[in-house]
Amino acid sequence: MGGEATKSISKEELWGGGQSPFSVSYGKMMMWYFLVSDALTFGGLLTAYGFVRASSTDAWPIGEQVFRSLPGLDGEYPLIYVALMTFILIVSSVTMVLAVEAGHRNDKSGVVKWLGLTIIGGFFFLGSQAWEWSHFIHGSGGTYLLAENVTVSADNGQTFNLNKGDAVYMDHHFGHLAEPWLEGDPMVTLQDSDHGVKLVQNGEHTHEAELHSLTINKYIENESHVSGDEAMKLWNARSESFAFGANMHDNEYAVQQAYANFFFFITGFHGFHVFSGVVINIIIFFMAYRGVFERRKHYEMVEKIGLYWHFVDLVWVFVFTFFYLI
Amino acid sequence: MERDDLIVNDSYALNAHHSEEEGAAIRKNVWKVTAILTFLTTAEVFMGIYFKRAETFTWSMIKWTFVILTLVKAAYIVLVFMHLGDERPNLKKVVLAPYMLFIGYLLFIAISEGFGHLSNSTLFH
Repeated sequence: MGGEATKSISKEELWGGGQSPFSVSYGKMMMWYFLVSDALTFGGLLTAYGFVRASSTDAWPIGEQVFRSLPGLDGEYPLIYVALMTFILIVSSVTMVLAVEAGHRNDKSGVVKWLGLTIIGGFFFLGSQAWEWSHFIHGSGGTYLLAENVTVSADNGQTFNLNKGDAVYMDHHFGHLAEPWLEGDPMVTLQDSDHGVKLVQNGEHTHEAELHSLTINKYIENESHVSGDEAMKLWNARSESFAFGANMHDNEYAVQQAYANFFFFITGFHGFHVFSGVVINIIIFFMAYRGVFERRKHYEMVEKIGLYWHFVDLVWVFVFTFFYLI
Repeated sequence: MERDDLIVNDSYALNAHHSEEEGAAIRKNVWKVTAILTFLTTAEVFMGIYFKRAETFTWSMIKWTFVILTLVKAAYIVLVFMHLGDERPNLKKVVLAPYMLFIGYLLFIAISEGFGHLSNSTLFH
């Protein structure tokens, strides 16, 4: 690794003026300062998240219970989607390093190729995040709170003494019709069925959703399913308090609205950084393509936006650990 | 006015104009770090799926493992991908020292002052 960074130089000479003591240009130095301040913002956000979570008296949702869906697939894949997003961002970080490296060789076509791939990776990540937000906002069936204490035995044989205010979760077929039914949609009615109750939506096509089973502790430890007559006990003990997915007022994942608020703010703020990064990358991509840096005889601009892009990856590594894993 | 923020003689840009062989060595290192980062992330996910969380010693060890692996990944990204490791030592210190100081202070305040009301409530009730 040649260059000035490794050349020894006396202190008097270094700080005596006319030199760059850090051996970096003004622009790169300022990029580093900006990243330090931005990292403090994210550090503050994650510390606030940890603090609110630690001081919460109610159970906090578990990452692998909340984030376990893949687009277009049934079944459970805990954290696989988030891991995939992390992998996409790491790969786009790699293509960015290779773009910077190509820039150091003044290899214009290399810079254009790798920067282009970085932009594609950025779009993939943004698309993934859009799907995750959509999934988080729509939820998977919704929840209601109990109006009274109930004792039920679950399918796994355990007996649960549930208190007033505990959350019960519907499956997504039933919850899908429960939402318009609660809003007073006249097309949706609650009817008795052979095994209990069902929701029927009339219209051009008639949809039916039977109350097969309900879930308790869905997003925390000891998730259990309750079906048959025991499920009816839970259904009859329902209160007026329902929640579907998540928004700025309530969410189905946690008693604490702070959970949804932190999800929206931390991943949203990070996603905005990724979006800005993609926009900047596109600008630099076209500058490189049109030969601006070739005429300038160096590709330091690619290095500077590379720093920003790696920083975005770095933040995601921390969000992944502290929001999803722990 | 003459601009001093542009590098006209390449003297500031780190690794400026390295040769094809140097480039090959750098690329090899980049792929090595990519493999490490991918492996660590995969390991974290499988640990998260395999170990059920509970108020146990095992789970708190797993949590600390996550934190340590995250710091290892962060070090690789900052030192290799952002090549802060190849910069002058004074630049390294200027970037890292204030950050660690402020975040350390913030964590200290959050832990020591923030949870005071909780320890009081367990002491007196």
